[in-house]
Amino acid sequence: MTDTATPTTTPKDWTSDQEVRWCPGCGDYSILTAVRLLMPELGVSRENTVFLSGIGCAARFPYYMNTYGLHSIHGRAPAVATGLAVTRPDLDVWVVTGDGDALSIGGNHLIHALRRNVDITILLFNNQIYGLTKGQYSPTSEQGKVTKSTPFGSLETPFNPISLALGAEATFVARTHDMDRKHMQETFRRAHAHTGAAFVEIYQNCNVFNDGAFEKITAKDARPDQLIPLVHGEPIRFGAEAQHGVVLDPDGRLRLVEVADVGEGAILVHDEKRDDPGLAFQLSRLAAGPYEPTPIGVFRAVDRPEYGAAMSHQLLEAQERKGPGDLASLLGSGGTWTVPG
Amino acid sequence: MSTATEHPTTELDRVVIRFAGDSGDGMQLTGTQFTSVSSLFGNDTATLPDFPAEIRAPAGTLAGVSAFQVHISDHDILTPGDAPSVLVAMNPAALKSNGHFVPPGGTIIVNVDAFDERSLDKAGYTSNPLLDGSLASYTVYEVPMTSLTMEVGKEAGVKPREAERSKNFFALGLLSWLYSRPTEPTLEWIEKRFAKTPQVLDANTRAFRAGINFGETAELFESNYQVRPAAHEPGTYTNVTGNTALAWGLIAAAHQANLPIFLGSYPITPASDILHELAKHKEFGVRTFQAEDEIAGVGAAIGASFGGSLGITTTSGPGIDLKSESIGMAVSLELPLLIVDIQRGGPSTGLPTKTEQSDLLHAMYGRHGEAPVPIVAAMTPSHCFEAAMEAVRIAVTYRTPVFLLSDGYLANGSEPWRLPDVADLPALDVEFATETNHVAPDGTASFWPYIRDENLARPWAVPGTPGLEHRIGGLEKEDGTGNISYDPENHERMVRLRAAKVAGIARSLPPLEVDDPAGVGGAPVLILGWGSTYGAIAAGVRRVRARGLSVAHVQLMHLNPFPSDLGDVLKAYDHVLVPEANLGQLSKMVRADFLVDAQILSKVQGSPFRAAEIELAVLELLGVDSPATTEADEEVAS
Repeated sequence: MTDTATPTTTPKDWTSDQEVRWCPGCGDYSILTAVRLLMPELGVSRENTVFLSGIGCAARFPYYMNTYGLHSIHGRAPAVATGLAVTRPDLDVWVVTGDGDALSIGGNHLIHALRRNVDITILLFNNQIYGLTKGQYSPTSEQGKVTKSTPFGSLETPFNPISLALGAEATFVARTHDMDRKHMQETFRRAHAHTGAAFVEIYQNCNVFNDGAFEKITAKDARPDQLIPLVHGEPIRFGAEAQHGVVLDPDGRLRLVEVADVGEGAILVHDEKRDDPGLAFQLSRLAAGPYEPTPIGVFRAVDRPEYGAAMSHQLLEAQERKGPGDLASLLGSGGTWTVPG
Repeated sequence: MSTATEHPTTELDRVVIRFAGDSGDGMQLTGTQFTSVSSLFGNDTATLPDFPAEIRAPAGTLAGVSAFQVHISDHDILTPGDAPSVLVAMNPAALKSNGHFVPPGGTIIVNVDAFDERSLDKAGYTSNPLLDGSLASYTVYEVPMTSLTMEVGKEAGVKPREAERSKNFFALGLLSWLYSRPTEPTLEWIEKRFAKTPQVLDANTRAFRAGINFGETAELFESNYQVRPAAHEPGTYTNVTGNTALAWGLIAAAHQANLPIFLGSYPITPASDILHELAKHKEFGVRTFQAEDEIAGVGAAIGASFGGSLGITTTSGPGIDLKSESIGMAVSLELPLLIVDIQRGGPSTGLPTKTEQSDLLHAMYGRHGEAPVPIVAAMTPSHCFEAAMEAVRIAVTYRTPVFLLSDGYLANGSEPWRLPDVADLPALDVEFATETNHVAPDGTASFWPYIRDENLARPWAVPGTPGLEHRIGGLEKEDGTGNISYDPENHERMVRLRAAKVAGIARSLPPLEVDDPAGVGGAPVLILGWGSTYGAIAAGVRRVRARGLSVAHVQLMHLNPFPSDLGDVLKAYDHVLVPEANLGQLSKMVRADFLVDAQILSKVQGSPFRAAEIELAVLELLGVDSPATTEADEEVAS
């Protein structure tokens, strides 16, 4: 994959000298490894790469990458990243966030960064729990979740991050999980290559406060029947023998079927480039939670003008029209009069 | 120039006119144009727009009254005037809510057509003030503005309802005649402004001319007036509001520093005009980002600063509360950031369109932890330019967030400004780090983001610079390396370093300008002001001195750190009086820092101090029992 004209680096080059301090067994380690191993393949340089984060366990990520990094405040990383990305289109800007950071305190910034289509790559580590504050329910925790702050069970309907991103006009929306490095890397590679805001939800295990939240679908032996890989242009099929599939019923609903029952031709073909995000949204609702067959991969990848480039274009246009800014004429622009000496 | 043929023209050295009408009557436009013509004519001017927070409160109600006060003179003036000598009231509500500003003997010009029973009732009048003798102490001119305007509107072919909307141009014409204002600039302005709607242009032009003609021909006014041009210093002048001057100051500073501007802002009164102004000037490389909220506005500005732009955020009142956490982050990141706060009445939503100086202590202390932020305050509308440049100088030199405080009075008020020569603007040298700055014992070179220069500023190393990759964040950092550190000794060292860096800015400040003709310590009373109280204090000082009494004046532009000589100056006076549009915030600061018995002169009424209020407070301190000087007295005196 490596372009010969671009920098040659090794995963070690991308590893900072800081000791990684996540709990042993945390899913974050496998994501970090996937990213460190991927970077040399992307053919990008360390100095032009920036990782930004907010607050939470995932937010420590930038310290562990030997790139430029900014560990900002809770929920605000998409806003900080917006300012950086639109002023420095030459940089690769990554945002690492979690379900509390991105979907609770920072929900507003996330949806607006997606809507504007700022050129950033957002990795949302979804472990369905607050880890750094020691185990309160999060906006993606299942209803009824018993935690320290909800001893009688949480009352709230969780967010579906993929549905939320699609509703926020995101142009690239994908899901992967921390048990499959190859799938993570392919998903991150696609997200990085996308122009505009790329949103990746990563199912990530918190082995201390929410162990096994995704086990029913991500355990190696469960995957064939529980993970539905989305591949552009291919019928949506899953199972060890690809024996299961997804069909679009005449009433407009998606349904899981046995391919043998309906025939191969009846299986829905995945189209990540559809203008209308409706089908992608339906796919995001196929599973009620990570305990039944769940689509992974790229839900949507469409082209729309990127925000920073559009902003830069307006600047260039103004400079072409008016010439470079001239201070003296600016100060005189409101009408002047002269008092002779 | 329009001059009356049969009326004598009386010379005045100055006049204060207040235009008042419904929010939809165009009083701000009328007042602004009257000011602009007067400035062009060569008068000194100062303005005080005074409007409600509601865009269009129900017509004819007190809540919907919008006013614009302008002071024009043939000499240098400092305030929009304590009291109007002329009130133009477009309806009963305008008279009711503004009549009391006019001192006895003043002139009131009313749109008599609007004084019908229903409008009087809406304004809360039980009897018609034009008939019941309650205005006996004033000279009242009753002018049928609506009907005369509708008459000429008919000729322009506009529908009656629309014709009526030109009546502010009638008022503008009448006042232009009354004060012998040149008419051409206004006619040209109307032509430009309404070019897209020829019928409206025609109606407004006719109404404006009708107002002039009415003054000339109606046997109503005994004379008209002339206020001669002021003896301004030679130079090129323009009329600016504080918000415009501030926006231009930011552009000039960024230009001098060779940095692109990134403004992250969320619309809020009265700061939005800075966003509007900056958004117009993309040819300077200015990026404006209307963020999803106040927090995103400042967050994005910090991101831009990290990338090597001049990150700026502009806001007011509640917006400052929301930005506090991010400002604290900028303190910790030690990156340049400008926070522009156009102060307004608080707490909470407070008085969105009214002025106040009540965010000083918030700017000073409104963050958790020890989080020092330098503070610069603008003193007059045109001084906003210089204050903006100074705030940027501090931000980029010391790599720190800086508060720039203005307020609603400066933001919307205007004054003539002698344009600086662009070639004379101070240079701002900004250098990004390009080299490693540390060598380990084994000889390996590396970059430490928290090694400091002689100003205690850390290097500004922007992404894209090879070999300087580093991570920063809001967690406490180890001195030098910038690595996360929870070490107690290191934390105290970092807290003290950040404080010392900000305190050290004082070394770059010039000595205070003490206005005391007898030399520092010569007068018995020192008035210590900050920011927008400058004009009222300086005018009050003139009045005290006109009585043969002594008073000194210092106006602070730097509130954190204070100039190094402030303590010595304060201690040289027996009395220190601190007028502030709050309950005593600067006075608390100087009491705490210098143990001086600073006396508070508070005013929190949403309006700036009057010169008379300053004068009276000084007289009281001096033990002089006398009424304050009025502008009428001053006119006689001059």
